[in-house]
Amino acid sequence: MARKEQKPPKKRSLGFFGGFALTLKQVGEPRVTTPYPDEKVAKPPRLHGRHVLNRYEDGMEKCIGCELCAAVCPADCIYVRGLDNPTDAPVSPGERYGFVYEINYLRCIHCDLCVEACPTEAITESKMFEFSFTNRSDAIYTKHELVVDEDGLPRHLPWEDWRPGEDQHSSGWMRATSPSGAVEYEGTTQWSAELGYGVRPPEGGQSGRRNDVATGNISIREVERDKISRRFGGKVHGT
Amino acid sequence: MTDPLFGNGVDLGVVVIAAVKVLVVFGVLLVAVMMMIWFERKVISDMQNRVGPNRAGPYGVLQTLADGIKLFFKEDLMPDRADRFVYKLAPYLALVPALLIFTIVPIGGVVTIAHHVVELQVADPPMGILFLLALSSVSVYGTMLAGWSSGSKYPLLGSIRASAQMISYEAAMGLTIATVVIVTHSLSTRTIVDSQAISFLHWNIFRLGILPFPLFLIAVTAELNRPPFDLTEGEQELVGGFNTEYSALRFALFYLSEFMNTITMSAVMVTLFFGGPDGPGFHFVRWLWPILWFTGKTVVLLYGYVWIRAALPRLRYDQLMSVGWKVLIPFSLGWLLVVAAFRIGVIWGLAVFVGAAIGAGGLWQAIRVASARREALDEGPPGGGDRTAADAHLRAVPEPEGGG
Repeated sequence: MARKEQKPPKKRSLGFFGGFALTLKQVGEPRVTTPYPDEKVAKPPRLHGRHVLNRYEDGMEKCIGCELCAAVCPADCIYVRGLDNPTDAPVSPGERYGFVYEINYLRCIHCDLCVEACPTEAITESKMFEFSFTNRSDAIYTKHELVVDEDGLPRHLPWEDWRPGEDQHSSGWMRATSPSGAVEYEGTTQWSAELGYGVRPPEGGQSGRRNDVATGNISIREVERDKISRRFGGKVHGT
Repeated sequence: MTDPLFGNGVDLGVVVIAAVKVLVVFGVLLVAVMMMIWFERKVISDMQNRVGPNRAGPYGVLQTLADGIKLFFKEDLMPDRADRFVYKLAPYLALVPALLIFTIVPIGGVVTIAHHVVELQVADPPMGILFLLALSSVSVYGTMLAGWSSGSKYPLLGSIRASAQMISYEAAMGLTIATVVIVTHSLSTRTIVDSQAISFLHWNIFRLGILPFPLFLIAVTAELNRPPFDLTEGEQELVGGFNTEYSALRFALFYLSEFMNTITMSAVMVTLFFGGPDGPGFHFVRWLWPILWFTGKTVVLLYGYVWIRAALPRLRYDQLMSVGWKVLIPFSLGWLLVVAAFRIGVIWGLAVFVGAAIGAGGLWQAIRVASARREALDEGPPGGGDRTAADAHLRAVPEPEGGG
């Protein structure tokens, strides 16, 4: 009997009937599930999706065929061949252009080292990851499929799940990261203009200088704010 | 007492009616299982803030059908070390009792079809309750033989658990059914239902003093291997339990029989404790109301099953055994004695009630003392460190005593 007192005080638990009360209460609560194929959750600003090859505002391709992306790729999934620009109709403003550009998405690990390595911001990533192929040759994206179209929008391949507005999200990773990783440049525009968009606004990552309206990003805190305060009380500060 | 359908001899009409009853009940049961699986998944997801199946058909109603079709076309695997005949037999041993038990459940009143008096139940044998008990014992074999014949260790462990569990809880289940039989003087399910049909207060749950119903509910839940008593298929410990090695159609049969058993047992509970198809009727389509009442009561009980599953975590194996042997069996036995004594006279009843209460108190005290002692053993002596320190004297080498 004396030993009983040495035991730690009994923790408050639901008890037997508490479990029944709780589960019944949950029936009236809102669902936390997003009905995915019907509606998508907002994607984080730095999501690495499938690549796009960008153009300058005059329609010239940004890629200069330097093969730095292929060199840095840890998964060896990029194949580039450069060619001298034809003098009468140059494809890129530089000396050379990307003549062949292929990415094998069965190998790509979406690390975005190619985006970091690119000297001209030619290759960036969209936020679209919902693509599934049914054969291996579909998995190898050719240059024609990667280069943005005449309006600067990514091309929609039949097996990709693009929703309206999603093609605005390209280059998100670049715009959310400060150049050279230097924190004092965060939120500073240091990139060239793109076809269809001009010079796009920075999407400040940690800083408050993000432009969520322009980039279509919804902070998860923003989404959860109501729910959290209703459940636990208090106020949740949005960003 | 016997089925009035066979009262005037057996002619072609009787045979046709009996066959139609069998077919209708079979079809209804299969559809009911389909709906039950969907219902369970939806209700559980409601209770967990999820959406549940919503892709196949409106609100996902056809999800079970889709799963069934998928299982039907999958490869049927059999382990090399399986006992081939028993392995193939086991799913049917699980399914057939589930189907057969439902035959004795009265799902409606008595109607007259082409001058034949027809009870709305497949069969009304005079010993219906014994039939129920026998078949619920047989259904253990499905589980047990499935695990044994798989030639694999986890299924075997699962089936051993199943047989121990079912034997433990069968006693409590039988004793609570015995209280019903004592009150209604009959083993026929139709008579049991008729004897409750006088009014709301004559339902057995009230006539027996409520206690037998929760006892029966717990015992049946354990008998069905449903949560929180689903140790036979405890995924964390036993992979999938007794049906780990089963795939495709044979697995579907186990799944089917599990849910069919749930429906059947809810229907049996409605029959035994809630007056079966009893309830207020109206003067138009008079045969329909009892069926609706029966269905409604069954659905309420099924919701209860799903609710139990959502609310309670799985029991530990020793907890399972102590609930069965130390709580359910003493209480159901004591209550049986009390009910029996009240049938003789009120004085007898009160006397036995007091006696049973004293007995229960004594048992409770005995269990409490025993468990306190066991805890003391587990914890080691008071104030003295851990178990190894307490046992140190056992391991210590005694000092050799000085010679001379």
